[in-house]
Amino acid sequence: MNRTLRRKAITTVVAWIVALLIFFPIIWMLLASFKTEIEAVATPPRLIFTPTLENYRDVAFGRANYLHCAWNSIYLSVGSTVLALLIAVPASYAMAFFPTRKTKDLMLWMLSTKFMPAVGVLVPIYLIFRDTGLLDVATGLLLVYTLVNLPIVVWMLYSFFKEVPPEILEAGRMDGAHARDELLLLLLPLALPGIASTALLSIILSWNEAFWSLNLTGPTAAPLTYYIASFSSPEGLFWAKLSAASTLAIAPIVIFGWLSQRQLVRGLTFGAVK
Amino acid sequence: MATVTLKDVRKKFGDVEIIKGVSLEVLDREFVVFVGPSGCGKSTLLRLVAGLEEITSGDVLIDGQRVNDVSPAARGLAMVFQSYALYPHMSVSENMGFSLRLARVPREERAKKVMAAARILQLEPLLERKPRQLSGGQRQRVAIGRAIVRNPKVFLFDEPLSNLDAALRVQMRVELTRLHDALQTTMIYVTHDQVEAMTLADKIVVLQAGVIEQVGSPMELFHHPDNLFVAGFIGSPKMNFLRTGARNVGEGVARVTLPGGSELAVPIEQGALREGAPLTLGVRPEHIALAAGGQVRGEVLVVERLGASTLLHVRVEGGDLLTVHTDGECPVHMHDQVALSLPPDRVHLFDERGQALARPVRHPLADARVRGPAGGVA
Repeated sequence: MNRTLRRKAITTVVAWIVALLIFFPIIWMLLASFKTEIEAVATPPRLIFTPTLENYRDVAFGRANYLHCAWNSIYLSVGSTVLALLIAVPASYAMAFFPTRKTKDLMLWMLSTKFMPAVGVLVPIYLIFRDTGLLDVATGLLLVYTLVNLPIVVWMLYSFFKEVPPEILEAGRMDGAHARDELLLLLLPLALPGIASTALLSIILSWNEAFWSLNLTGPTAAPLTYYIASFSSPEGLFWAKLSAASTLAIAPIVIFGWLSQRQLVRGLTFGAVK
Repeated sequence: MATVTLKDVRKKFGDVEIIKGVSLEVLDREFVVFVGPSGCGKSTLLRLVAGLEEITSGDVLIDGQRVNDVSPAARGLAMVFQSYALYPHMSVSENMGFSLRLARVPREERAKKVMAAARILQLEPLLERKPRQLSGGQRQRVAIGRAIVRNPKVFLFDEPLSNLDAALRVQMRVELTRLHDALQTTMIYVTHDQVEAMTLADKIVVLQAGVIEQVGSPMELFHHPDNLFVAGFIGSPKMNFLRTGARNVGEGVARVTLPGGSELAVPIEQGALREGAPLTLGVRPEHIALAAGGQVRGEVLVVERLGASTLLHVRVEGGDLLTVHTDGECPVHMHDQVALSLPPDRVHLFDERGQALARPVRHPLADARVRGPAGGVA
């Protein structure tokens, strides 16, 4: 009895320490965003201070256009996810239920594109974008996000579709369902939790993507990741403003993720316990 | 009218041939059972008829029309799967009416047809439930109901009772026989259970390794198996086999040596056997009698009392084991010495290739139909 109690206490303490370690930068950022610039860089750091919304007013309505970037982020993450799903759902359906000898190789090849560092293709993609006039165009970035996330989306959908017994689709075929009916009336409703969590993950990945947005966009197509970066250099380091900008940039996706965490966990463990 | 004809049907998966040239005629309103050990290709054959697998070569005809390139739904068949394959996100009535919904049948007519099928299967109180709220037997009935609603030319059943417990299986077996009698539709049924095959079928197709071993009525297969495989597969407990030889062949009789040295004069068709050829003698446990003057003596190793009957496992002289099926009151105990009598007209002989030697007299039930078509004579 005593031993289990002690073990429980130790794991609780360890869990708290790990959680605090992970969340420390975020908490620090959150606190700094409510300080004045002087308080933000004070040593030793101050934990007691009078909070101010000055920084938020500055970063949201001042120099950079927060709403414009937020809209771009929504457009890019949701748009690229919808596009990726439109391509991946039929692709995964075909690979899950009508595999050929090459299906495994194809899946592996798709995943292998994720092994390569993004910077490895920066120059060719930059040149293509420059020559086709896609630099600083949101739709151009949307295409890149779609292609970057496509392998993961296909893989996730493939494994969710694999969980659906093929006899159910065969029964549908006997009942007169064509491929479209099979997809829309049988497979999609059955794999909905999986599709939802795939979509959530794709949205989160696109929202947080910084490499391509920094390299391929300017002020017009800039998403929030670009917006954060724009606070880092030109006027020196303004920690409080930078923190406020970062908080504003991550807040929507954190709230979104928090609201959908149950769905996300359910989807990611789909089929693990039957 | 709904006949199904298979003409030299072959199916390859990669380089492996699973169905090796099957030709078969399924008559109108016939209940045909494909039976065989697992991996014999019986389910694949059913799926070829259903159109869920593509035929490598050969033809499938329904009502004389070649349907090789016709989609599963357009073939006018309905299939009941082993795993039921109900649509989990739809209610029972939505499951049953799905084919009608796809065919754009008006809602009212759909409801009427679903209700009619539900009435046949006593599913009315369950119509609004989801499949996960049903027991195994109820799910199976819904799957059958879904097939009935389509009013198919032919019903296909792929091991529909395998997931049910023993008592429910017996009950569903009876229900299926009654259903066939009520609907008067052609049915093809796949099972590995020879009891299901015997009890349900008008005609049994025994398959092994993608080849038809024998086609016939249950009684024909039981009393006149074509070969060792069918003899051993049909009947429970299994037929006893003894390796032996024959002499004095001729005049329609083979003198076969029994364990212990005595001889049995087995009637066979003239010219079916040559002198001294090695033989396998087969005799069913039901046909061996305990008799004081029996030709074979042995020791009872195990007594299995089933209540209504008793199974004796007897080691005869020479070391072979024979199973004897006798009445429930049999007073024999373990390690008793017994004498067994083998009736010559019930004994089967197989040549060295395992082919049965034709017997001159056919069993009276072997060529009778189990059930006649509607209004017909059984």
